[in-house]
Amino acid sequence: MSVAAATHPPAATRTGVPLLRFAVPLALVLVTAVLVSLPTSALPAWAWKYPLAWQAPLPAWISAFMKWLMETASLGLFTVRDLTRGVASALDAVLFVAKAVLATGVAQGAGASATTLVPPIPWFAMILASSAAAYAVGGRRLALGMAAGLLYLAVFGQWASAMITLASVLVASVIGAAGGLLIGLACVRWRTLERLMSPLLDMAQTMPVFAYLLPMLILFGFGPASAMVATVIYALPPMVRVTIVAIRAVPEEIRELGVMSGCTRRQITWKMLVPSALPALMVGVNQVIMLSLNVVIIASMIGAGGLGWDVLAALRRLDIGGGLEAGLAITVLAVLLDRFAQAMAQRTERVAKEDVAGAAGRRLAVRVALVWALGLWIAAAVWPEIALYPNDWKLSTAPYWSQLVSWINVNFFSVLDAIRTAALLNVLTPVKRFMLALPWPWVVALVMLAGWRLGGLRLALTTGAMTLFLAVVGLWQTSMLTVYLCGVAVLISVVIGVPIGVAAANRPRLWRVVEAVIDTLQTLPAFIYLIPIVMLFRVGDFTALIAIVLYAVAPAIRYTAHGVRRVPATLIEAGQMTGCSRRQLLTRIRLPLATPDILLGLNQTIMLALSMLVITALVGTRDLGQETYMALSKADVGRGLVAGVCVAFIGMVADRLISAAAERLRRRTGLAA
Amino acid sequence: MSHPILACRGVAKLYGARASRFVRDGRFAGAPEELAAAGVVAAVRDVDLEIARGETFVIMGLSGSGKSTLVRCLSALTPPSAGEVLFEGRNLSTMAEGDLLQIRRHQMGMVFQNFALLPHLTVLGNVAFPLDVQGVKKTEREAKALEMIRLVGLSGREGRFPRELSGGQQQRVGIARSLAVKPDLWFLDEPFSALDPLIRREMQDEVLRLQGLLKKTIVFITHDFDEAVRIADRIAIMKDGRIEQIGTAEELLLRPATDYVRAFTQEAPRAKILTARAVMAPAPSGAEFAGRVDARARVASFAHEVEAAERPFAVVDGGAVIGVVDRLAMIDVLVGRERKAVAA
Ligand SMILES: Nc1ncnc2c1ncn2[C@@H]1O[C@H](COP(=O)(O)OP(=O)(O)OP(=O)(O)O)[C@@H](O)[C@H]1O
Ligand SMILES: [Mg+2]
Repeated sequence: MSVAAATHPPAATRTGVPLLRFAVPLALVLVTAVLVSLPTSALPAWAWKYPLAWQAPLPAWISAFMKWLMETASLGLFTVRDLTRGVASALDAVLFVAKAVLATGVAQGAGASATTLVPPIPWFAMILASSAAAYAVGGRRLALGMAAGLLYLAVFGQWASAMITLASVLVASVIGAAGGLLIGLACVRWRTLERLMSPLLDMAQTMPVFAYLLPMLILFGFGPASAMVATVIYALPPMVRVTIVAIRAVPEEIRELGVMSGCTRRQITWKMLVPSALPALMVGVNQVIMLSLNVVIIASMIGAGGLGWDVLAALRRLDIGGGLEAGLAITVLAVLLDRFAQAMAQRTERVAKEDVAGAAGRRLAVRVALVWALGLWIAAAVWPEIALYPNDWKLSTAPYWSQLVSWINVNFFSVLDAIRTAALLNVLTPVKRFMLALPWPWVVALVMLAGWRLGGLRLALTTGAMTLFLAVVGLWQTSMLTVYLCGVAVLISVVIGVPIGVAAANRPRLWRVVEAVIDTLQTLPAFIYLIPIVMLFRVGDFTALIAIVLYAVAPAIRYTAHGVRRVPATLIEAGQMTGCSRRQLLTRIRLPLATPDILLGLNQTIMLALSMLVITALVGTRDLGQETYMALSKADVGRGLVAGVCVAFIGMVADRLISAAAERLRRRTGLAA
Repeated sequence: MSHPILACRGVAKLYGARASRFVRDGRFAGAPEELAAAGVVAAVRDVDLEIARGETFVIMGLSGSGKSTLVRCLSALTPPSAGEVLFEGRNLSTMAEGDLLQIRRHQMGMVFQNFALLPHLTVLGNVAFPLDVQGVKKTEREAKALEMIRLVGLSGREGRFPRELSGGQQQRVGIARSLAVKPDLWFLDEPFSALDPLIRREMQDEVLRLQGLLKKTIVFITHDFDEAVRIADRIAIMKDGRIEQIGTAEELLLRPATDYVRAFTQEAPRAKILTARAVMAPAPSGAEFAGRVDARARVASFAHEVEAAERPFAVVDGGAVIGVVDRLAMIDVLVGRERKAVAA
């Protein structure tokens, strides 16, 4: 659906003749309608259903390859297995240290007879130290926020799990950020590497993590290290991208200055380029942190523990209150980390403005706080009983949430059910039928046509090949179900998101509210949406749809607002001077100029919708998400990977087409990227 | 025999996918249309020049005429497509990497149009940066940097970050930085074009003052003729990658080699360029003079006195009277009329 929608405006702009402008799309729509309503016998059978004989047994090949890799492959001195297991134990060691400090301490012996040698950092010392660090980088407000957030974790009994999660997130973020930086720098230096990396990065970002979690498990063993590698793979691409862009954006003059001062290559990179690009690089670090958090949940499915595990367990028990509290704890952690990283990015500016005396006072306060924290830790080692947050002081809101949901269910059941049925009957099922009725050759042809119109032959060939892949591996029906669910969700997200974005763009107060809401929606782990919705609407496509929309609406709002705001003030003034009404300003100036940004938002919305698929598989959808999920539970690497690649390809086709459309529009309106 | 500090012969720089073909065939001297049709830009071509030690050499031309590209070739930031650049008689493009590094570290300095200050370093850090790169110890490099900061009049601001300085101050930092290594050859690529006119003037004075103090060899790019006149010993005028003419401001004004140079110098401040020698008339025998002016003095420096006096002034060269200037001569200079007598 989204593919067809994206074709229309650019196709219209290219053909100058008014008749052709509408004739071509109209003809395409007509042909599509006819094809869909044709009786089955009108076309040869292979057009409806991709023949089994033409399918490539890709999953089997992949599984065989993995087996060979782990059992026979050797790199000369050592086998692949030795290598991966070595990496795994190195990761485990790092993770062990982080967890020991934050969550578990170091103990001797096992079980009940274990004696604690070094306790983990106690909650009050942690709050003190973190607040002091927050004060150092971001001032009083950040320090207060940090203290309040951590206190929440302690009060609501989430402390232990939260610290385990924090340890994994920190380790994953550091590895992701450092790795991304190095890869990004290498890409800047060697263009060929960049060309090689680019599609891999696309894949890593659009493929559901589940799909490559499985190979990781096989390579690195069943445990936290695999989860860590999967997390890093997922979180690394934005850092690589940001690094490439940021380093390239350093003014040419600075590079030349380096050459003229007689810098060596290394000096130019580490003394000039990286520090100059630091503020931009921190944006990437931020992203890495957020993405690491997102995936910790998935990691916890394979036994990494922490908050993700709590959420999952609550979901399985249908314990909405418990799930919500653990989920909120993840959000709190995410917000704290995010704000801290942001403050760090802006730090140099603030420090520079500050007077010297203030800075000295601040440094002293921070040192004192850190010494205190250390003292408290030592005290906790001596008197272990004070280190734990007392159980009597813990609060829980879980029962109230559960009561609320059951109250709604009791009183509004018929209304909710009516909504659900109406949506299913009037929207979801017809669209689903339509998508399944499309002959695959026609869809491939349409995609190629769109690619050719928007970006030329190359785009047509790549997008066509990716679409064909869906059929060749025998997942055409499943893929169409995916396109259907995501398509409807994306459409709804856009219908809701764009008006909100337009409305909030130039109203700072409204924007602050909207931003807070979408920030929360995005940092909430995806599971959380499912819990209340399942409670209200039971399992099924409708529930999945709502969860996807909630998750994917954020970029639609964000990019629209950004685009509308970015329209140059002079153009608005020019519009006002020619006597445009507010409405005309919007429809004639703001929206057309914001369209490229809105398209990019659409792009992101699609990506998020696709990434939500695996989660919604939990409520019994039948799409590629389910396919990956099943493969995971059956430990079928080939099947999982192929399904994952299919999801990635759907995302990439949409991405390529929309980006090409946005690029054309940008060029036409003369707005720089 | 001593070499000029910088010389180049037949330097050309072509950009574009098929540039190398044109270079090989030696066809880059051809018509610009032919190049343009092939998608090749001849940013610089056929440039020969010599810059003497201690000279202030200004390269002028409109935007896109190839000034920056030429300076990039001269400083070996980009290798020329053809021709050679000699620094103290040594070919920069065939020199070993290490030697070039040493020359850059110790003998060349460069000031950039958009300052190119490192945002993460303070003024002190920026100025000390080239020394840091060389591995000079911290106390020593900071002492040297402080001295340079004082030289450009920014003492007391060494702890600031670049973004907290005005444009003029930022460029002073750029100047201090380029001077910190005590270079022999100092490149300035449109150093002041990002500044407003008042500050620009102030910075020109600054360069003149520093030049009086330090006696560097300067290669200065500008597209502002006034600026060139103020600081140049010699000026090269570029058009479409070629040098149209090299000479002192007065030579360009009085004996333009091409129509382009003539057009270029038309609006020039003649009174500040022309000397008494260039505007004098033959001295009538036995005339009485209101005073005397030196033959090398610029018109602007004595125009006021001459204009105020009833009788003409004598133009003297080494004690001998070689001509006269009077009120009419002053007016001629101001309105830009050529004096037929001058040629004699
Ligand atoms: N890296 C490059 N690739 C392609 N063309 C270039 C490159 N650098 C310069 N050119 C072209 O060479 C010509 C001369 O450019 P140059 O920067 O030397 O001009 P300039 O005289 O310094 O102009 P300005 O006063 O605007 O700085 C221009 O036509 C420019 O487009
Ligand atoms: Mg230039």
